[in-house]
Amino acid sequence: MIHFHEVSKRYPNGYQALRSVSFDLTRGEMAFLTGHSGAGKTTVLRLIALIERVNRGHIIVGGENLSRMGKRRIPYFRRHIGMVFQNHRLLMDRTVFDNVALPLVIAGYSHQDVSRRVRAALDKVGLLGKERLNPVTLSSGEQQRVGIARGVVNKPAILLADEPTGNLDPELSREIMTLFERFNHFGVTVLIASHDLSLIRAMGYRMFTLKNGTLIDADRMTAA
Amino acid sequence: MRDVSAGSDLPRSRRPSWVEKRLTGWALWHSQCLVSTLGQLANTPLNTLMIAAVIGIALALPAGLFVLLDNVQGLSRSWESAAQISVFLKPEVSDAAAAKLAKALHARPDLAQVRVITRKQAFQEYRQLSGFKDALAVLGDENPLPAVLVLQLAQGQTAAGIEHLLAALRQQPQVEIAQFDLDWMRRLHAITEVIRRGVTIIGVLLGVGVLLIVGNTIRASVEKRREEIEVAKLLGATNAFIRRPFLYTGLWYGLLGGIVAWLFVAITLGLLQAPVRQLAALYRSDFSLSIMSADTLFTIWIVGAFLGVTGSWLAVGRHLAAIEPS
Ligand SMILES: Nc1ncnc2c1ncn2[C@@H]1O[C@H](COP(=O)(O)OP(=O)(O)O)[C@@H](O)[C@H]1O
Ligand SMILES: [Mg+2]
Repeated sequence: MIHFHEVSKRYPNGYQALRSVSFDLTRGEMAFLTGHSGAGKTTVLRLIALIERVNRGHIIVGGENLSRMGKRRIPYFRRHIGMVFQNHRLLMDRTVFDNVALPLVIAGYSHQDVSRRVRAALDKVGLLGKERLNPVTLSSGEQQRVGIARGVVNKPAILLADEPTGNLDPELSREIMTLFERFNHFGVTVLIASHDLSLIRAMGYRMFTLKNGTLIDADRMTAA
Repeated sequence: MRDVSAGSDLPRSRRPSWVEKRLTGWALWHSQCLVSTLGQLANTPLNTLMIAAVIGIALALPAGLFVLLDNVQGLSRSWESAAQISVFLKPEVSDAAAAKLAKALHARPDLAQVRVITRKQAFQEYRQLSGFKDALAVLGDENPLPAVLVLQLAQGQTAAGIEHLLAALRQQPQVEIAQFDLDWMRRLHAITEVIRRGVTIIGVLLGVGVLLIVGNTIRASVEKRREEIEVAKLLGATNAFIRRPFLYTGLWYGLLGGIVAWLFVAITLGLLQAPVRQLAALYRSDFSLSIMSADTLFTIWIVGAFLGVTGSWLAVGRHLAAIEPS
């Protein structure tokens, strides 16, 4: 589903963020991306979502070579990818419902479809009944769950999450990770960047470890 | 990965319902956009009114001037069609000689009609109109008034043609004075043409001003909603999707500005109505300012809407490209 082939990324300021990174993620798999701060985890996710372009090597997502994808196709491509951010990036002047509905409105769903799917997504993250609230009034764990609901509401094939538990205490982190596991069980390919090693080791999924932009370890814990 | 083109695998009979669904979603989004942008403008009424007023003034100034110019030109045209030349003959010219001259002039192609006011008629008319009946009675049968020929011009006379005619008339030995009263109307007509050009130029400059004002306002709100735009792009929004609410906002500014312009022009014309009627009465005319036609109203609105949308289009186009998600 996600295929990296000797991918290098150099930012315009000359900083080499990734060096010849190769890995494969099969359809329906869940995996973690880990490494020290500044190792290049976010960069990997940004390349998959076409927020950045590779300098060398290539990335194939869902059978499509991202290097060949034109600018105009990027929005439609992104609709197949759910994204969850560390600071969740919710719009604080909109209700929970409107935040979760945004990907559907963007994709042009009808009114009924929107409310049906938003309710289903909020139900899955345990926030049904809070759709009229403003995200500001929610706890940080709840806010992150709204962010996840927004990420999955469009039923994406791939879910990318960048440090989704970065601001949460261990118990809430565990809860959030369980949510991702549940979406993975529905068939969504999930890639999560996190440096919360104790938590992700315990979960037993494949782990890609980056160090200074180089993939040093792709251990196959589940295969063991 | 699901593909957008996967829809083609669907059985053919199901396809319209899918298209229909998308279409209603799209139309719904448009109408929601229209309403929600209006709602946002209503949330900042002072700001909205200010911009509408600026656009309104910028539209009202050329529109109002054009309406006034139309009035002036309509007036001068209606007077021209009734244009006539008064030829005062020398006092010693008899009524019979006057009639003879009239007949000769009537043959000219540039004259439609020639009317003779004999010395006697002139005297009677004058006595009746002036109210100096008794004073004139003192004069007895001594008639001091000359005969007058009133020449009605044929249609479509040029200023040069009229000038030529006047010169010819003045050379006639019987003629004392040949007078074309509407010379100044012709000059006014020429001047209004010049003014019309000037107003057009002012209108264009003000239009550019409106573009800049709307553009600047929209630029500020693009900047204010930067985070929202970035998030929308991350969630797969096209530039067209992001641009739409801003274009609607620009449209609303333009339409509101158009209404303000109507009010300005209508009020101004209303205020001018009474003094113009007084002025017209002095010239024994029942002329009154024509109010804005439906055409003018519509044009103001269309121009306002066009400027609003174009202004925001230019601003959003330039600033949207600069906002990429990070
Ligand atoms: N837009 C950018 N321009 C320049 N350097 C960047 C940019 N984004 C990230 N970097 C640098 O690239 C390196 C990797 O960043 P990142 O992928 O965010 O690491 P991580 O998510 O693992 O902490 C960091 O040293 C960071 O400073
Ligand atoms: Mg990071």
